[in-house]
Amino acid sequence: MKRDRWWLCIVPLYAFTLVFVLGPVLYMVAVSFARNTGGYGFQWSFTLDNFRKMRDPVYLQCFQQSLLLALSTTVLNVLIGYPFGYFMARRSPRGKRLLLFLIMIPFWTSSLIRLYGWLILLQARGVLNRFLMWLGMIDTPLKILYTYPAVLIGMVYGLFPFMVLAVYTSVEKMDWTLVEAARDLGASPLRAFLTVTLKLTLPGLMSGVILTFVPSMGLFFIADILGGNKIVLVGSLIQDQMTRGSNQPFAAALALILSVMTTLLLWLYRKVTGTSDLEGMF
Amino acid sequence: MRKIETPPVLVLREVTKSFGQTPVLKGLSLSISEGEFVTFLGSSGCGKTTTLRIVAGLEAPDSGAVLLDGEDVTARPPEKRNVNTVFQSYALFPHLDVAQNIGYGLRLRRVDRQEIRQRVAEMLALVQLEGFEKRRASELSGGQRQRVAIARALINRPKVLLLDEPLGALDLQLRRQMQIELKRLQKQLGTTFVYVTHDQEEAINMSDRIVVMRDGRIEQAGTPAEVYDSPRTAYVARFIGSANILTGVPAGPCLLKNEYGTMRTPPVEGSGQVTLAVRGENIRFFREGGGDAALRARVTEKSYAGGMLRVFLRLGADGSGPELTISRQGINVDLEPGESVFLDWPAATAAVVEPDEEVEP
Repeated sequence: MKRDRWWLCIVPLYAFTLVFVLGPVLYMVAVSFARNTGGYGFQWSFTLDNFRKMRDPVYLQCFQQSLLLALSTTVLNVLIGYPFGYFMARRSPRGKRLLLFLIMIPFWTSSLIRLYGWLILLQARGVLNRFLMWLGMIDTPLKILYTYPAVLIGMVYGLFPFMVLAVYTSVEKMDWTLVEAARDLGASPLRAFLTVTLKLTLPGLMSGVILTFVPSMGLFFIADILGGNKIVLVGSLIQDQMTRGSNQPFAAALALILSVMTTLLLWLYRKVTGTSDLEGMF
Repeated sequence: MRKIETPPVLVLREVTKSFGQTPVLKGLSLSISEGEFVTFLGSSGCGKTTTLRIVAGLEAPDSGAVLLDGEDVTARPPEKRNVNTVFQSYALFPHLDVAQNIGYGLRLRRVDRQEIRQRVAEMLALVQLEGFEKRRASELSGGQRQRVAIARALINRPKVLLLDEPLGALDLQLRRQMQIELKRLQKQLGTTFVYVTHDQEEAINMSDRIVVMRDGRIEQAGTPAEVYDSPRTAYVARFIGSANILTGVPAGPCLLKNEYGTMRTPPVEGSGQVTLAVRGENIRFFREGGGDAALRARVTEKSYAGGMLRVFLRLGADGSGPELTISRQGINVDLEPGESVFLDWPAATAAVVEPDEEVEP
């Protein structure tokens, strides 16, 4: 092989990406404008019916619920994940390894199985309720399972490691002499944190936000398992339309709108926060 | 001459500090006058940086006290002490530009915008960085970062400015230039500077007083001339100006004797073993012995560095004794490896010092 032909090596990578990533997306866009035939499959004729159908309040509410859940999941993850990642990065090398290990352990088990774990914890005669009753804090079991809080707990739990790892990575890289310099120049510990540490670890936090927000817009099985049928997210709706509803064009249209919405929100987020250097992203 | 009429601005009283099981400072006491340029000099691990960090409040001593302007500040956090630090790594804030870096301390004090701008401009002029306001630290050279770090620390008008090996990362030429500039700044502002370095040249060039540290203790404190000309211990003599350390027993007025010959010394008392420090540039050499004092030695090597030619010798007619160095300006010294010579020096140029704990030749 000649020296200037090295790029040939990456051609398969690009080919793979084109065929298996870009291809399906284009197919989805195309299908979203196709006509539903009622049975399985669809007809290739252009229509906007699928998008018009979404104006139905039932579906609009579904989008609203998904967005709200994704936002609250992200906010909660920032509030819990940042301190956690920060704390983790300030341990001794041994402590860091141990905590990283503990964060990683759940990944060895299927997320579905871990969700059933939550089911056991949260149900009426579950571990949590029995514990609270034993403590005497409550007399009758709390109804947590199949409610919005249960879904939120599940979502925060599922995406928490991504936030922690993103924050951990950027706090790990902090030059703590800068904090000492801030203190030396007259900053209280809090001021030093706000004006130096937080500013410098913001890219990590930003990545964490994206890493939790984007998946939480699409995750549906958590809501399905922990929310019963009460909380229907766009993700579940898409799955439903694909399988039971047998309306592939409508499913494609829903997926397209969800993607566009997520992309717009990310764009807005980057505009507002003014970050262009997100750690490990873009 | 040291000024004694001014009250001490900084006092360290019996300060001790250990990291884990390792003692770093073993009872350090020192008092520094207003406007003084004091340098802590020592090799790495001697505790000089720890001392600085204790003064800054970035490290708490295990025992002892730090007094600033007569007030005990030992328990005060760094932000409540009127001292500022120039860090070895400069520690400039990468997310702020030069003007914001320098103005950081004032913004914390909620000084109004107009005054901040004015004082930042003053500082930039002082360190000759006008026009660099909007640059980021990453867009500056090492020397420029250094100046920003100094300006940022000085804008708070500290009682004492602490400098932790600030020139360590610069090349030799820039280092010499910055030494002169730092000294100029210090004279101009009249601020007390406490400087930490392992470079004896820096210490001698800039300091009013040098504090030689060793192993968590002060080995000697004095003006550069005092420390250079009258080292108290063999360690100080070797560390500053790398003197030769020799030992012998008195053998007459101003004479010492050992197995390699006789040597001149300032007057000594008693008859026990004496340790002598002799600087390489003061040693004369002769092909023939004949005077009343001479040490036999054999030349082993020559090497040129930093404008000085160093001739390494070993004592004894056969060159089997301990090593010794002669140094001269320039590159011409009429000595070749393998030659056998007699060494002598004026008695007044040698200094009687306390021996180290280690065995000296």
